[in-house]
Amino acid sequence: MPAYARPARLDEALRMLAGGETTILAGGTDFYPAHASTPPRRDILDISAIRSLRGITEQRGHWRIGATTTWTEVIETGLPPLFDGLKLAAREIGGVQIQNRGTIAGNLCNASPAADGIPPLLALDAQVEIASAGGTRRIALPEFLLDNRRTALARGELATAVIVPKARHAARSHFLKLGTRKYLVISIVIAAATIEHEHGKLRKARIAVGACSPVARRLPELEAALAGEALGAGLGAKANASQLRRLAPIDDVRASGSYRAEAALTLVRRMLDQLGAGE
Amino acid sequence: MKQQIVFKVNGKRVRYAGAPVTRLSDVLRDELGLTGTKIGCNAGDCGACTVLLDGRQVCACLTPVGQVGGAEVLTVEGLARDGELSALQRSFHRHGAAQCGICTPGVLMAAADLLSRVTRPDAEQVKQALGGVLCRCTGYQKIIEAVIDAAAAPADPPAPSVGRAVGARVGKVDGVAKLTGSERFGADAIPKNALWLRVVRSPHHHARFIIGDLERVVQRTPGLVCILRSRDVPSNGFGIYPTVKDQPVLANEEARFRGEAVLALVGTRDAVDGLPDADLPIEYEPLPPVMGLQAAMAPGAPLVQAAKPGNLLQDGGVRKGDAAAQFASCAAVAEGIFETSFVEHAYIETEAGWAERIGVGGDARIEIHVTTQTPYMDRDEVAVVMKLRPEQVRIVPTACGGGFGGKLDLSVQPLVALAAWLTRKPVACVYTRPESMAATTKRHPARIHAKFGCDALGRLLACEVDADFDTGAYASWGPTVATRVPIHASGPYCVPHVRTRGRGFFTHCHPSGAFRGFGVPQGAIAHEAMMDELADRMGIDRLEFRRRNALKAGERTATGQLLEHSAGLVDCLDALAPQWRELNQECERMNREAQRDGSPLRRGAGVGCMWYGIGNTSLSNPSTMRIGLSRTGEVTLYNGAVDIGQGSNTILTQIAADALGLPMHEFQIVAGDTDRTADAGKTSASRQTFVSGKAAELAGLDLRQRIFAAARAPEGEWRDRRYRLSLGRGAVVFRKDGITHRLALSALAGDSDRDVLTGSGTFDPPTTPCDADGQGVPYATYAFAAQIAQVEVDLALGTTRVLRLIAAHDVGRAINPIQVEGQIQGGAIQGLGFALMEEYVPGRTENLHDYLIPTIGDIPQMECILVENAEPLGPSGAKGVGEPGLIPTAPAILGAIHAATGVRMRQVPVLPHRLLAALKAK
Repeated sequence: MPAYARPARLDEALRMLAGGETTILAGGTDFYPAHASTPPRRDILDISAIRSLRGITEQRGHWRIGATTTWTEVIETGLPPLFDGLKLAAREIGGVQIQNRGTIAGNLCNASPAADGIPPLLALDAQVEIASAGGTRRIALPEFLLDNRRTALARGELATAVIVPKARHAARSHFLKLGTRKYLVISIVIAAATIEHEHGKLRKARIAVGACSPVARRLPELEAALAGEALGAGLGAKANASQLRRLAPIDDVRASGSYRAEAALTLVRRMLDQLGAGE
Repeated sequence: MKQQIVFKVNGKRVRYAGAPVTRLSDVLRDELGLTGTKIGCNAGDCGACTVLLDGRQVCACLTPVGQVGGAEVLTVEGLARDGELSALQRSFHRHGAAQCGICTPGVLMAAADLLSRVTRPDAEQVKQALGGVLCRCTGYQKIIEAVIDAAAAPADPPAPSVGRAVGARVGKVDGVAKLTGSERFGADAIPKNALWLRVVRSPHHHARFIIGDLERVVQRTPGLVCILRSRDVPSNGFGIYPTVKDQPVLANEEARFRGEAVLALVGTRDAVDGLPDADLPIEYEPLPPVMGLQAAMAPGAPLVQAAKPGNLLQDGGVRKGDAAAQFASCAAVAEGIFETSFVEHAYIETEAGWAERIGVGGDARIEIHVTTQTPYMDRDEVAVVMKLRPEQVRIVPTACGGGFGGKLDLSVQPLVALAAWLTRKPVACVYTRPESMAATTKRHPARIHAKFGCDALGRLLACEVDADFDTGAYASWGPTVATRVPIHASGPYCVPHVRTRGRGFFTHCHPSGAFRGFGVPQGAIAHEAMMDELADRMGIDRLEFRRRNALKAGERTATGQLLEHSAGLVDCLDALAPQWRELNQECERMNREAQRDGSPLRRGAGVGCMWYGIGNTSLSNPSTMRIGLSRTGEVTLYNGAVDIGQGSNTILTQIAADALGLPMHEFQIVAGDTDRTADAGKTSASRQTFVSGKAAELAGLDLRQRIFAAARAPEGEWRDRRYRLSLGRGAVVFRKDGITHRLALSALAGDSDRDVLTGSGTFDPPTTPCDADGQGVPYATYAFAAQIAQVEVDLALGTTRVLRLIAAHDVGRAINPIQVEGQIQGGAIQGLGFALMEEYVPGRTENLHDYLIPTIGDIPQMECILVENAEPLGPSGAKGVGEPGLIPTAPAILGAIHAATGVRMRQVPVLPHRLLAALKAK
C-alpha cells in the first residue's frame, strides 16, 4: 500500500511534495477512475483538509477560487454575471455526485482536452496560482495547459488557486456543450465566452472552444472581429470557419473531426447570439 | 498504511482501521457489511454507489475513506426507520420504480438528497438530481413518478383479494428487499474466508501466446495460491448448444478476442489484485485480426476457427412461394441495406459469484452462488467443463442485477467452480466494469439487405431479406440469432411470397450472444424502413399501410404457421391512430413555424411495428413449477424461473395464488436453486410469463385438487371457485355456503422440504421443427406491438431528441400492468439507446463513459397502451413482453427522423456526425 498523507496546512503539504513522486488527491473524481481495475501504487498527498485552498473570495482586482473548491460551491456561491458561463459548465460536469466532489483545480490539472471547466476559465482570462516550498507563482491558464494531460506544474508544485481578474466593463458569460446524451457525457464540443460591454457596444470578447484540440483554445481572430460590435442576437454572424482554423479536432468514438469543426462553429454562433441578446 | 478513521454511518459511530485511500464503497461493503451500496463501475460513471456524505450525494467509489473522518454517511440501509419504509421507498414500491434493484440504492440516495432540499420537486428537478445514476431496466419513467409522488404520502400497492391477483397492479413480492438494500446480488454475500480469483485476459484481438514458469510466480507472490491455465480445465470448452462447445474456459495457446481469458490467478484479494498482468510470464505474438463482417466474409479470409470454413457459423432461412418472381409485378418495390453495431448489455451489476466444494470423495459436489439467467443450463455446462455429473453441481442464483441476455452465457461460473474444486476453499470472482465489457457477449452487429414489394392497393406481395451477423470468436447464441431472424424478417405482416436468410460469421471479437430480441431488433429496422418507403411511394399513410398488411388471426406467417388466436397488431395500430394524426399535425405546424423563424429544429413522427415468437425456436422449452404446502400450513412456490428484474417472482405468485385460491401474501418463494426447484428453463425469449406462468397455473390447480382430495371432498369439488380456502395452524379449511371441509396437515407424511402436499405443473409450448424451407410452427404464440415516436432534430448539429413515445402492445393479458409497463418502458429506452447512441467498439469503449446508455435526461414522455388479445395457451391469456418493448422503438425513431428531415438513416446508432453527414449529402 502506498503512503497516504492528509495534512491540514499548506506548508506541510508543500514540504511533503518536495520529497518525491506523489499523486495529489482532492475530490477523487479523476484519481479513482484511473484505478478502476488496478490499485494505486504511488504515494498520495490528500490536500482536501487544507482550509486555505477552499472557497471563493472577492479581492481587489480579482476573484480567487481556491484549488479544492467544488463545482457545487461554484454553482451555489453568489457571483456576478461574469461567472454565469462557469456556473453553466459546473452543472454539466458529471452528475451532481461529481459536482459535489470534483474540484476546480482538479479539472485543470487533469488537463483533459474535453474538460468542461477549462473553456469557461480561458474565457475568464484566468490565471493559475502555483505554490511550492520555494514560493508562489502565477501563470496564465494557456501557459499552464501544455498538452493533452500535461500541465506546467513542476515537481514539488501544487496548484493552489484559480485567479479570475475582474472585468473592466459590465460583463457576462455563457457556455454551451454538445454531447451525445444529456447527463454524464464527455463533450464532443464545448464553447465558452465572456463579453464586456459598454453603452450597448461590445468592448472585449474572449471566446474559447474545448474538445477540438489537445488543449482548449481561445479564438483571437474572432475576438478581434467582435470588438466594437453592437450587442444583440446578430453577434453570431461575425463568426466564421477561418477564425476556428487553429482548432485541430480529431476523429474518435464520439464524433468525426470534420463534424467537430462544423459543430464548433455552430455552437460558437449560437452562444454569441444568445450572449448578445442577453438570454 | 493503516489509520484509524471514526465516522458515522446511518447515525451509528463506526471505526475503520486501514488504508485511508480505500474507497468508501469498499469500506461500507467489506468492513461494515453494508452491501446495499452497490459498485457498478468504480469510476463515477454509473452512480450505483451513491450515498449521502454530510447530506450531499457523492459516489462512494470516488471517496477515500480518509476524507470521511468525523463525517456523517447515510446509505440505503439508513432510509427506513425501525423497519418502516420511508415515504420515498414506499412510493418506489407502489410505482414499481425498482426492477432488478441494482441501481435502486443509488437512485434512492440521489432522490433523498433532492427531497431534503426541495419538498415538491418537478420532473426537471428530479432529472437534474438523478442525472448521475444510470438505470438500465426501468427507462426511468416510473422513477420520476415515484420521486415526485414521494412528497404526497404515497399509499401502499394494492393487496388484491383472493382470485383477483391476476390483472392487479400489485407491488413486487421482492420489492421491499430491493428498496432497503437487503437484497443479495452476486457480489453481496461472498464468504469472508473466500479466496479471490482474477482473470488475466488477452490485450490483443488475436494472438498466439506462450506461458512461462507460473510456479515461480506463485512461490514469490505472498498470498497467491495457484494460477489456473487451459490444461487445468478438465474439458476446456463450453457453449450454448449441446454439440457446439467451442469456447475455452481458458484460452489454449491462441487468444481469439481482446478480453479472452488466458489465466486465472487465485489467492487473497490483495494478492490477485496487486499482481499486475505485466509481471506475468506470458509472451504474446499478436496476429492480424479479422475484424468486421466484410473481413470475415472476404474470399480467402484467415479462419477464426480452423474447423469453420469461410468463417461461417450458420446459414439458414425461410422460403414460401416465389418471392423473386413477384417483384416484376409489384406496383412498388423498396430495397435497402442496413447496418447495426455491437451493443453492450450494460447491466449495472457486473458478473459475480462464488463457489464452494462440499462433501468428500464420490459424494463431493460443487455449489455455485452466482448472478445468472439460467441456473439449469449453468449446472449442465459446469458439469461438462469439470467432467462431473450434473447432480454434482448445484447452482444457487443470487439476485440478478440485470441480464437482458448477457447472463445467459457462462462467465465466472466455471472458473470459480474449478478453483474451489482444486483449492477446496470458497473462491469468489467479481468482474470489473472494463472486464465485464471486454469479455462478455454483445448484440450481433448486422448487415441486412431487404427488398419488399406491394401491389397497387398497398398489399405486400413479396419480400427478400438477407441478414448477415458478426458472431465474434465463438458461437454462443449465434445460431439462435441466425435462425430467429429469417423467421421474423418479413415483419408482422401477411406476405405471400417470402425468401429470407440468416448467416453468422466468426470474427476476432468477443462472442456476440443473446441480447433482448435475438437479432429481431436489427431485422425490424430493415422491414420497418421498407414499410415507410412503400407507404410513401404508394401515397398511403405509414400507419395505415401497416394496418392494411398486419397479420391477423386466421392468416399464415412466413413459415406457413396458421395464427389461430391472439394477433393484435391491428388493435395496437388502431389504438395509436388518433395520437398518430395529432402528432403528425403538430410536427407539420411546428416545422412551418421553424422554417419561417429560421430555426434549425425540425420535428417528425414515426411508427414501428414488431412481432416476436415467445419461447425457444422450434425447440422444446418446458417449465415445471411446484407449490408445496408444509405441515405448519406454509405455502412455498418452488420457482426455478430466475427473476432478473422483470418481475417473474411476482407474476408467478399472482398466477399461482389465483389458481390455488389463496392470497399472494401466503406464498413464500424458493427461487432458482437447482437442488430445490425444477427446471423452468432460461429467463430469455420472453418466455417466463407464458411458459412458467402456465406451469405455475397448473401447479396451483394441481395443489388445490390434491388438498380437496386429501380432505376427501367430493370428486370435482375443487373446481368450485365459491370455496374459500384459509390456512390455519396445521390445517387447511375450505368453506362454501355452510359446507366446511378441514384438512389436518399434521397427520400427513412430509418430504425433504417438509411439505406434506405438493402441486406440480409443467408446460412446454407446442411447436414443430421447421423443414428445409423453414416451414413449420416455430413458436406457440407471438407478441405484437406498434410504437410511435416523435423526435426533434437539430439540422445544424445533427442531434436528435425523442420527445414522445407511445407504445401499444398486445400482451395477451397483463398479469401485472405496472410490471408490463415497466418492461415496455425499459425496453423502449434500450431501443432509444440502440437507435441514437450505443455502439461498442472493441478496445475503445470498455467503460460507461465511452460507451453511452441513456440517462434520465434522455427519455421522452412515454405512454403505454396495453392491448389484451388473449392467447388461449397462456395463463389467463398472457403472452410475453420482455423483449417486444425494445423492438419497435428504433424503427419508430428512424422513421421519425426521416419524417423530420427527409433522410433515411440506414446505420445505427444515429450519432450526430452521421446524421449531419447524411443531411449534407441529401
